[in-house]
Amino acid sequence: MNDLSLHIIDIIQNSLSAGASLIKLTIKEKSSENLLFIEIEDNGKGMSQQQISKLDDPFFTSRTTRRVGMGIPLFRDSARQSGGSLVVTSELGKGTKVTATFELNNIDCPPLGEIANSFVLMVSANPNVNFLFKYFVEESEYVFDTVEVNEVLDGLPINSPSVIRMLTEMIDANIEDLKREGAANRSN
Amino acid sequence: MKKIKSLDDLRKMKRELEHGMNIREKSNSPESLVQIRVAMATCGIAAGARTVMNALIEKIEKEKVPAVVTQGGCMGYCYAEPTIEVKIPGKDPVVFGNVDEKVAAEIVDKYIKNGELIDGIIPTNYQTINEKK
Repeated sequence: MNDLSLHIIDIIQNSLSAGASLIKLTIKEKSSENLLFIEIEDNGKGMSQQQISKLDDPFFTSRTTRRVGMGIPLFRDSARQSGGSLVVTSELGKGTKVTATFELNNIDCPPLGEIANSFVLMVSANPNVNFLFKYFVEESEYVFDTVEVNEVLDGLPINSPSVIRMLTEMIDANIEDLKREGAANRSN
Repeated sequence: MKKIKSLDDLRKMKRELEHGMNIREKSNSPESLVQIRVAMATCGIAAGARTVMNALIEKIEKEKVPAVVTQGGCMGYCYAEPTIEVKIPGKDPVVFGNVDEKVAAEIVDKYIKNGELIDGIIPTNYQTINEKK
């Protein structure tokens, strides 16, 4: 995995396999605390305690098509090598929450990558799943809610190529603004 | 073109967009569309599934192909990732392996538009005569 947005796609794919109808992605960038925070929360079928305890084992997977499951171990490695950690909490029937933290200035902290593009691809590939995306830079926040967006699109499919391009642009522009605002606040 | 930032901008752009769309694109019935499923598990993502997905979306927009790109899990062909499954209405799905941007474009041009098969097919639907009932 070259960047964190690829890990995020991977974890969202897990949520989808767990039959989630709502997936929340939260990213916080806090230079003041030297923290990069990524959280993916779903309302899928959840995991038992026994399953959670086996998550670190790359040779554990619930799927039947292959015998290894590297998604969580790889993501956890990325977090650990950047001075952070990864925590998974889950309840059967309720859903799962994966929280990863990174030291923002750690030389081993991978770049976030094309997060808007990655996220919109997930949204468009799963038009029947609701996604809620929150991006924080310090205390400023940008929220992207597919329920709202679908209302605006009013029947126009969220997976048509021109819509995908527009939504990516929209998220990119807003994150850029947050970052500019954050940088301005820091220099003050 | 003006930058889209708020939901209001999106609303305005949507009106412009709708004019340029044909009825088929507007319809929400996936049965009439070609379904392209990109395998997006750890193996697929690490091998470049996101690049392939972007390439496919760009290509179907450019060529105005009535298709939707969706996402799937690992089918067990990790050695051949990125893989995509193409389901043309009324036909059996076909899985292509080792897809990159170039192969993705070729699949759209040759298989989806002309029904011509290309190299790299994984025979998922292979059944022996005894299995068939």
